[in-house]
Amino acid sequence: MHKTRIIKDKAAQTIMFALTVLAILLVVAIAIGLYLKSMPVLQDKSLWSLLFSSEWRPMKGNFGFFPFIMGTIWVTFMAILLAFPISVLTAIYLTEYSKPVVRKIVFPALDILAALPSVIYGVWGVLVIVPWISQHVAPHFVEFSTGYTVLAAGIVLGVMVIPLLISLFIEIFSGVPVELREASLALGATRWQTTKKVVLRKTIPGILASTVLAVSRAMGETIAVLMVCGCVIGIPKGMMDACYPIPALIANNYGEMLSMPLYESALMFAALILFAVVLIFNLISRIVLYRLGKTEK
Amino acid sequence: MSIEIQKLNVHIKDNHILKDVNIVLPEKQITCIIGPSGCGKSTLLKTINRLIDGVEGVKLEGNVFVDGQDIINSGTEITELRRKIGLVSQRPCPLPMSIFDNVAYGCRINKMFKKRRQLIYHVQKNLKSVGLLEEVKGRIRTPAARLSIGQQQRLCLARSLAVQPEYILADEATSALDPISAKTVEDLFVKLKEKYSIIMVTHTLHQALRIADNVVFMYLGDVIESGPAEQVFHHPQHELTQKYLAGAFS
Amino acid sequence: MKIARKKKLRESVAKLFMWCAMLVVFGLVISVIWTIFSKGCKAMSWDMVSKLPGGGFYIGKEGGFLNAIVGSLYIVGASTVLGLIVSIPVVFFLNIYLKKNSKLAYVARLAFDVLFGVPSIVYGAFGFTIMIYFGLRTSLLGGIIVITLLIIPIFIRTMDEATRNFPRDILDASFSLGATRWETLKVVLRQIAPGIATATLLSVGRAIGDAASVMFTAGYTDSIPTSLSQPAATLPLAVFFQLSSPIPEVVDRAYAAALVLTIIVLLLSISGRFITNRFSKNKV
Repeated sequence: MHKTRIIKDKAAQTIMFALTVLAILLVVAIAIGLYLKSMPVLQDKSLWSLLFSSEWRPMKGNFGFFPFIMGTIWVTFMAILLAFPISVLTAIYLTEYSKPVVRKIVFPALDILAALPSVIYGVWGVLVIVPWISQHVAPHFVEFSTGYTVLAAGIVLGVMVIPLLISLFIEIFSGVPVELREASLALGATRWQTTKKVVLRKTIPGILASTVLAVSRAMGETIAVLMVCGCVIGIPKGMMDACYPIPALIANNYGEMLSMPLYESALMFAALILFAVVLIFNLISRIVLYRLGKTEK
Repeated sequence: MSIEIQKLNVHIKDNHILKDVNIVLPEKQITCIIGPSGCGKSTLLKTINRLIDGVEGVKLEGNVFVDGQDIINSGTEITELRRKIGLVSQRPCPLPMSIFDNVAYGCRINKMFKKRRQLIYHVQKNLKSVGLLEEVKGRIRTPAARLSIGQQQRLCLARSLAVQPEYILADEATSALDPISAKTVEDLFVKLKEKYSIIMVTHTLHQALRIADNVVFMYLGDVIESGPAEQVFHHPQHELTQKYLAGAFS
Repeated sequence: MKIARKKKLRESVAKLFMWCAMLVVFGLVISVIWTIFSKGCKAMSWDMVSKLPGGGFYIGKEGGFLNAIVGSLYIVGASTVLGLIVSIPVVFFLNIYLKKNSKLAYVARLAFDVLFGVPSIVYGAFGFTIMIYFGLRTSLLGGIIVITLLIIPIFIRTMDEATRNFPRDILDASFSLGATRWETLKVVLRQIAPGIATATLLSVGRAIGDAASVMFTAGYTDSIPTSLSQPAATLPLAVFFQLSSPIPEVVDRAYAAALVLTIIVLLLSISGRFITNRFSKNKV
C-alpha cells in the first residue's frame, strides 16, 4: 500500500515534468513550424528582397514586405507615443499620490479596458475614431481622408496597450522602497521632485523594458488594427496615410493564400517575422524585469 | 525505540550548520534542546524528520538511527518516517480546511480507517486528548483558520497525534502563544510523554527546567553538553554551559 | 521664498497633467462602453440571440447569431477545461516539485511570459500549419486546439503568481504528517482556489474575445457544429464579418453581437475582482 503511494507520487512527477517541458517546447514548436512553412519562399527569394522590396504582387510571385513592415512600425510608434505619457502619468498618480478610494475606482476601469476584446476596440474605432479623424482632424492636414489612417490605428492600439503599460509601471514604481522616497521628502523635496528625481530615475530600466513589452504587444495586435488601418498597400508617409501592418496582411489573406503555395509560404514568413521580433523583444524585457525584481527583493 | 544520532554533519551551501553531532534521544522522555538562536537547533529537528530535504543546497553526512534504522543512508521511506515522527512547529499552521479535516487529513492519506465512523471517532478522540473537543463543539466543520492561535497550536498537535506517531518534535511550540495557552500546551507535552518520545527545541530555559528529562545544549552547531536534566542544569561540566545557564538564571 | 513658490507651482502643474491623463483614461473607458451599448441596445432583439441565421441573413433578412454564441461557448468551454488540465500540473510542478532557484523553473517562467506575449495571429498561423500537417480542415477541433494553446500561458502565469508565495509552513505541515508531494496537491489546490478562479475568468475572457486565431482555424459557418470536424462560428468573427457589410441591418447585427461579447467580458472581469476580494474562506 505504501509502495503505491510512492509510485503515484513518482508517476505524477514524471507526468508533470513532461507537461512542463512540452509547454516550454511550444515556443520552439511555433518557431520551427513557421520556419518550415516559410521555407519555400525563403528558397525562392533572398531575405533582403523579402524584407526591403516594396513590390507586392502575390500573383506574379513578388513578395516585398517593406510596406507592411513600415506600416507596422508607423502604427506601433504612434500607439506608444500616445499611450506612454498617459500611462506614466496615471501610474505615477496611482502609486505616488492617490488615496485608496481613487484606486478603488480606477482599477476596475483599467480592468475593463484590459478585458475588452480586440474586435470591440475595432468597432469603437470604426464608429468613433475614424469619423472623428475624417471630419475634424484630417481637414487640418489634407484635403480628404476617409479616416482609416495610421493615426486611427495608432489611437486604437494606444488605448489597447494603456492598461498593460499602467499595470507594468505600477508594479515597477511600487517596487521602489518607501525609505528612498522618505529620504528625499525629508530633505524638503516636493512629491513631484521626489517622483522625478528618485522614483523615475531609479526605474528607468524597468520603464524601458515595460515599454518594449508594450511595443511587442502592439505590433501583434490584429483585428482592431485591421478594421481601422485602411489596408492600402504602400509605405505610409505620414499619420494621415492609410497603412497595412503585417498582422492585418496575414488575417486579410488567409482565405486566398491556400490556392498558391508560395503565397501561403510568404504569409507564414510574415508570421515568422512577427514571431521573431516579438520573441526577441519579450525575452529582453522579461529578463530585465526579472533582474530588477530580484534586486529589489 | 529511541533516536540515536552519530557523527551528523549538515552543510547548507557553504555553511557548516551541524558539526559532528553525537547524541541519544531516549524513549518516552522529554528531551529539550537548548542554546542561543542560530546554533542549529531547528536544523537538527528538521534533519530527524528529513524536512530538511526541501532546503536548497543541503548536504547530510553521518547517521541518524530511528528505531535502529539509519534514515540518512539506508533509503528509508521518507513519508513513513515522517508519519512516525510528529512535528509541532513554532507558529501553528492549520491546513486550509475545516477543523475536522485537519485532523482527518493524515489519517486519510495513510488510509488508516475503512469506515467513516471509525475516522470520526478517531478524530474526536484526538481532539479530546488535546482538550479541544469541548471548545470546538458544534463548529468542527468550520475553517480551522478561525480558531484562536492557542487553539490552532493544539489542533496541530492533535493532527500530529492522529497519525499515531512514536516521536513528537516540537520547535519552540509555545513561543508564539500567549502565556495561558503556552501553559496548556506545555502541560499537554508532559502528559504525552507517557506514550511518546518528545524532542523539544526551546528558547526559554525556564520551560526546559520545568519539563525536561534530558537536556542537549548546543552552541554554533556543536553539541556542547548533553545528559539528564538534573545533571546538565545543576552540575554542568562545560564552561560554555555554565556561562549560558548563568546568563539565563541571573 | 521664490524657490518655494516655484516648487509649489511645478507640483500643481504636474498634478494637473496627471489628472488630465486619468481623465483621458476614464473618458476612453466610458467612450468605448457607451459606443458599444448605445449602438448595440438599439440593434438588440430576442431573435438575435435565440435564432440561427435564416436564408438571406446577410442581405438583411431575418435570423440571429446563435451560431456564433454557441460556437464561442463550445470553443471556450472545451479549451478552458483542456487548459486547466495542462496548467495546474505545470504550476504545481514549478512551485512544489522544483526548488526555489531551479534553472528549469526560471526557463519555464520565461517561456510562459514569452508565450503570453506571442500575438494571437501567430498562434492562428501556427495552429493552421499544424492542422494542415494533420490534414484537418477549419473546424471546431482546430479552434479548440489553438485557443487552448493561447490560454495556457495565461493560466500558468496567473496561477503561478497565486502559488508563488504559498506558505512553506503549510507544505511542511502536510509533509510532516507523512504526505507525499502528490497528496499535498489537495491542500495546495484549496489554498489557491481563488487564484485558479481568477485565472480561469481571465483566460475565458481572452479566449472568448480572440478573433485572429480562430479566423484561421475554426472558420465560420451559419449552423451550430454537431461534430468536432465541422467549422464553428465565433462571436468576435460575427462582429468582424458583419460590420463590413454595406447593408445596415447586417451592420446592426454586428453591433448586437459586439454588445453580447462586451457584456460577457464585463461580467467576467467584474466577477474576477469580486473573487479576488471575497473568496478566501479557508485561506490561512
